[in-house]
Amino acid sequence: MAQETATEKKTNPIVKFLRIPENYPDEAAYFWGMQCGACDAKFLGARLACGKCGETDKLSEVKYGGDGEIYVFSVVHQTVPGLEAPYVGAIIDLDDGVSIRANVYGLDPEKPDSSWFGKRVKMFTEVTAQDRDGNDVVAAKFKVQE
Amino acid sequence: MRDVAVVGVNMIKFGRYPEKDVVELASEASIAALKDAGCSIKDIELVASGNLYQSNAMIGQRVMKEIGATGIPVINVANACATGSTAFREAYYSVASGAYDTAMAVGSEQMGKMGLLGAGGGGDRAYSTEGIMGTGLMPGVFGQAGVEHMRKYGTTQEQIAKIAVKNHEHGVLNPHAQYRKETPLEDVLNARVIAWPNTLYMCCPTGDGAAAAILMSAEKAKKYTTKPVWVAASILTSDPYQERNPTMFDINTVTRNAAKQAYETAGIGPEDLDMVELHDCFATAELLHYENLFLCGEGEAGKLIDDKETYNGGKIPVNVSGGLLSKGHPLGATGVANITEIVWHLREEAGDRQVKGAKTGLAHVIGLGSACTINVLKR
Repeated sequence: MAQETATEKKTNPIVKFLRIPENYPDEAAYFWGMQCGACDAKFLGARLACGKCGETDKLSEVKYGGDGEIYVFSVVHQTVPGLEAPYVGAIIDLDDGVSIRANVYGLDPEKPDSSWFGKRVKMFTEVTAQDRDGNDVVAAKFKVQE
Repeated sequence: MRDVAVVGVNMIKFGRYPEKDVVELASEASIAALKDAGCSIKDIELVASGNLYQSNAMIGQRVMKEIGATGIPVINVANACATGSTAFREAYYSVASGAYDTAMAVGSEQMGKMGLLGAGGGGDRAYSTEGIMGTGLMPGVFGQAGVEHMRKYGTTQEQIAKIAVKNHEHGVLNPHAQYRKETPLEDVLNARVIAWPNTLYMCCPTGDGAAAAILMSAEKAKKYTTKPVWVAASILTSDPYQERNPTMFDINTVTRNAAKQAYETAGIGPEDLDMVELHDCFATAELLHYENLFLCGEGEAGKLIDDKETYNGGKIPVNVSGGLLSKGHPLGATGVANITEIVWHLREEAGDRQVKGAKTGLAHVIGLGSACTINVLKR
């Protein structure tokens, strides 16, 4: 027990391409990835090489903003046990040129509609679980911009 | 490459066999295919076995121990839903290359009722993104793929539902199908939603099954059959770079690339096909593959099903077996089973569901991640 109390609780991102600053939540979490200096392709998270052109040396880290729009979606009704459903599972095209898989809030899941296409959305983060070691796990979600 | 003939095929009725193990299922299909070819396991020089869930369990060798362990090379193949068809391609190339004169491909799977919902377990659940950051489950992924078509072309849920109506209607005539029950349009639309726009009847079931095929060089085939079915193309592609992939799986480009190669290799065009067995894991998938296989023009898939052109008797019959939606989708078995179906039609042995005068057929499978196989068969 003494050992456990001595371990400092951490805040971990649910996916590696979400970065949680030291002073989160005072400073917002953000998506990050790599951009290829040879072909300009952008990716989520760390990379050994460019998945588009194979470049291995000219990759640099980039930070992505949380604004974007809904490209496509599904409304998932049947899912893994223990999850609340239905939920809107969308592909979000970020303004900064990468796409994210995300839940979107602020839409009626019982009424999927073509008006959802291109809808402006904004990223927010929240603690969604505690892991086996008691660390907070933070996920990114999107809400419809009014 | 030399000509390769499919000399024997067979499959067990897809369904649920909790009292059997997967080696029994695969062995049953193998023996039936060998009998169909008029040969024995002693005549086979190489075996390619496709199984996904037990890809580390040496299913191919265990089948050989069951049906005749002759010591030949056995390859175990896993390639998502394209597992069985990739095993078929391994068998094909083994013979086409001249290395072997005969080969057997066997695909098998025992899924029980779990499906893919239980996939990816073992880690800390706190880091599971499902339902927290979008969806990676197959119904949602293929829901999104269908929604992309709706966005581009104004396709409706009702049009997509018509595909489920067709495949279930086809399945009624197939004694090997897991489900043989018609689902009228209202039933499909009113069924509970799994992942919009796909309702229950627009999703394939999980299940158990096995199928096998015997391939031979032209010279060898002559000794065993008067009705050889020729492999005119056996193509395998992986997905090329695409901006949103893998955030959003791209099931289209991988199929289009395979289709172009298949038509070129076979020296035919889509208009020369008499039947297609394509990968309708969800009704939305079949819709997309009409265009991906160039069975119609861009954005015309909705009209193709509205006009019933993909029914048996239509311009291009698709999934007269009932497809995955009705026949079932035991993952590793699927790719060999759709080849089996086409061989039966090309030999005029498909009974009540026979596509009249079928001479050329195309079998398509996509395994998400992605692998696409297309086999073109000719009589």
